[in-house]
Amino acid sequence: MTKTGAQILWECLERERVSHVFGYPGGAILPAYDALKHSKIHHVLVRHEQGATHMADGYARAGGEVGVAVATSGPGATNMVTGIATAMLDSSPIVCITGQVGSKLIGSDAFQETDITGVTLPITKHNYLVTHASELARTIREAFYVARSGRPGPVLVDITKDAQQTSCEFDWEAAKPQLPGYRPDLSPDAKEYEQALELIQKAKRPVILAGHGIIISGAMQDVRTFAERTGIPVALTLLGIGALPASHPLNLGMMGMHGEAWVNHTIQEADLLLAFGMRFDDRVTGNLKTYAPNAKKIHVEIDPAEINKNVKVDVALVGDLREVLHELLPHVNSVDRSEWLDFIDQLKGDAAVRDIQNLPDNGHLYAAHVINDLWRETRDADTIVVTDVGQHQMWEAQYYKHDRPRSLITSGGLGTMGFALPAAIGAKVARPEAEVWVVVGDGGFQMTMAELATIVQENLKVNIAIINNGFLGMVRQWQEFFYERNYQATPLLNPDFVKLGDAYGIRSMAVTQRSEVVPAVQAARRHDGPMLINFKVEQEDTVYPMVAAGASLHEMIRRPSPIVETAADE
Amino acid sequence: MMNTFVVYVENKPGVLTRVASLFRRRAFNIDSLTVGRTEKPEVSRMTITADADRDQARRIEANLYKLVNVLLVENITNQPAIVRDLAMIKVAATHEARSHVLELASVFRARVVDVAPDSLTIEITGAEDKIDGLLEVLRPYGVLEMVRTGIVAMRRGSKSPGVASAASNFGQIASDDDVSYSV
Repeated sequence: MTKTGAQILWECLERERVSHVFGYPGGAILPAYDALKHSKIHHVLVRHEQGATHMADGYARAGGEVGVAVATSGPGATNMVTGIATAMLDSSPIVCITGQVGSKLIGSDAFQETDITGVTLPITKHNYLVTHASELARTIREAFYVARSGRPGPVLVDITKDAQQTSCEFDWEAAKPQLPGYRPDLSPDAKEYEQALELIQKAKRPVILAGHGIIISGAMQDVRTFAERTGIPVALTLLGIGALPASHPLNLGMMGMHGEAWVNHTIQEADLLLAFGMRFDDRVTGNLKTYAPNAKKIHVEIDPAEINKNVKVDVALVGDLREVLHELLPHVNSVDRSEWLDFIDQLKGDAAVRDIQNLPDNGHLYAAHVINDLWRETRDADTIVVTDVGQHQMWEAQYYKHDRPRSLITSGGLGTMGFALPAAIGAKVARPEAEVWVVVGDGGFQMTMAELATIVQENLKVNIAIINNGFLGMVRQWQEFFYERNYQATPLLNPDFVKLGDAYGIRSMAVTQRSEVVPAVQAARRHDGPMLINFKVEQEDTVYPMVAAGASLHEMIRRPSPIVETAADE
Repeated sequence: MMNTFVVYVENKPGVLTRVASLFRRRAFNIDSLTVGRTEKPEVSRMTITADADRDQARRIEANLYKLVNVLLVENITNQPAIVRDLAMIKVAATHEARSHVLELASVFRARVVDVAPDSLTIEITGAEDKIDGLLEVLRPYGVLEMVRTGIVAMRRGSKSPGVASAASNFGQIASDDDVSYSV
């Protein structure tokens, strides 16, 4: 059948099971928008193209399907760059469709022309420039295949205006992907499995390092079985949160820069690290020279380029985590680990006493309290928390105890402020039955708060908790520790967020007391529509513990001892 | 140490940029890069040399494989291989020096490809050190201009196993039917 490029685009997206796209129209993509009328796909109109990419990203992370963002050429396309880079570093499968000037005008600096395939080359898994309608179907199929297979990632498809307008024969079956060089399906050989099993059998003090790859691979149950059968405790990366329930007795919690001190000590004391779908990011290793000095390392990872990149490993099992664990599971047996687990228990020491949750109420509202109360109220529901980047993100990771995969969505690798609000919109669209909470700082919120209008226009029930400390908190914390409290450019003069929410037609309220937190959360949950809560928290609060950048993992800045703190107060 | 990679890529626009950009992004320095056609019109072949230790070389290889348009990567640094560089050297050759230069060229089995009243242009093909050698002995006469192609390399013996598989991959259609959707 003969169709225009624009019609082919939407039909291909439908066949790739796309139900929603997030986009913003403009000149070079107008033919595609014109053809949207006849498509079953629902278009979510965003307020900025960066928002569209974060929404597609949130959609992919919450629902596991490829997210799609659409923009026009030039500024529309360049506005996507931050969202694409975010998806790249967190292996999130999104497809970005951009309009491009007519193929005859390419290279002429035409109005709104940008070489977006050139711009996004290093931040996409792959990208395409389509100049003929006849290339479109195969390209879209390839884009989805590349985005979702292997180690997922963003793919950009730039389509010239004339490729959208001209017609050609459309045959979905004939337009199969042709990717002779693309082999996402690697698997380890028998010898590598043997070496890994030998190390596992010999280990006395092993730890599993659980990463995002577990959730991407869908290997949650396999990791749990592996840990339970072998009795090996599990430390999580930020993006690995949810891979094993927080309530599981073998779950140690988050490791790294803001992990609990005893989790990091456990890693430093280990004699074997089993890295499952994680990439030894500098935020989890600290100083590489002193990282887990006595441990052998087994790295299970789908991307061969990650092997020996940061940490030299003894055995690399390159392949899909779930398949690798299926191979390993029949050969591992239960071992008494009580000595090792008791040792880890001792490492906890007085950590519980230092924990802010266990300190008496001193009349101040702390972000940790807000997040812990939010968890207590929403823990039994199908809740997705979407965070931004900074102090509140770390407090969320510490004090919201995630029991389910895909229940925390956060920008880990790129650390993109402004991510939370749009990503939450994508998450809500992907899983409308879930309760979605945005946990966002007052700084990051103002980067993308224009998407409040998208929430209202799409009538989405998204709850927004602004953790408002009047500072760019994490930067202020670094200034406190490493720049002699020279608070340059970190205090924020904020608008009245309650009035702002009201202006958008979003019910909004402010909370200043700890006793008001739970009623506010309950009010938001009862309210039949989006709600914004401005939590005015302690201004100069600090995320503890902390491994300074470049320090060894065990050299942590600990929480102040409550006894010392109390004495100082008096 | 200097590593030599032979990289087979799809003959498509922009692939050279993707390969070059990869080296730049991962902070590996390309010493030389040559690209040209192969016996198959849809496949181009690159010879890339880069300074890297063993781990880095392995990561270069793995990162090249991640590029969707890359068909095959062979690190032939430690393989028996024929390695050739081509240079054209324009050397000042006045009346009295001319015979000396011609003599040197013939010792190196180089060819004179252009003669001008006060210069000779010599073409030489060979391993890099042979060209370096000729260059060194010509320098006293005055090298006016020089251009080198960078090396091309090929493994010795019958067709290397990788090439056969790269070629067989071509035309094979990747299927998206069996992709896990639990991304």
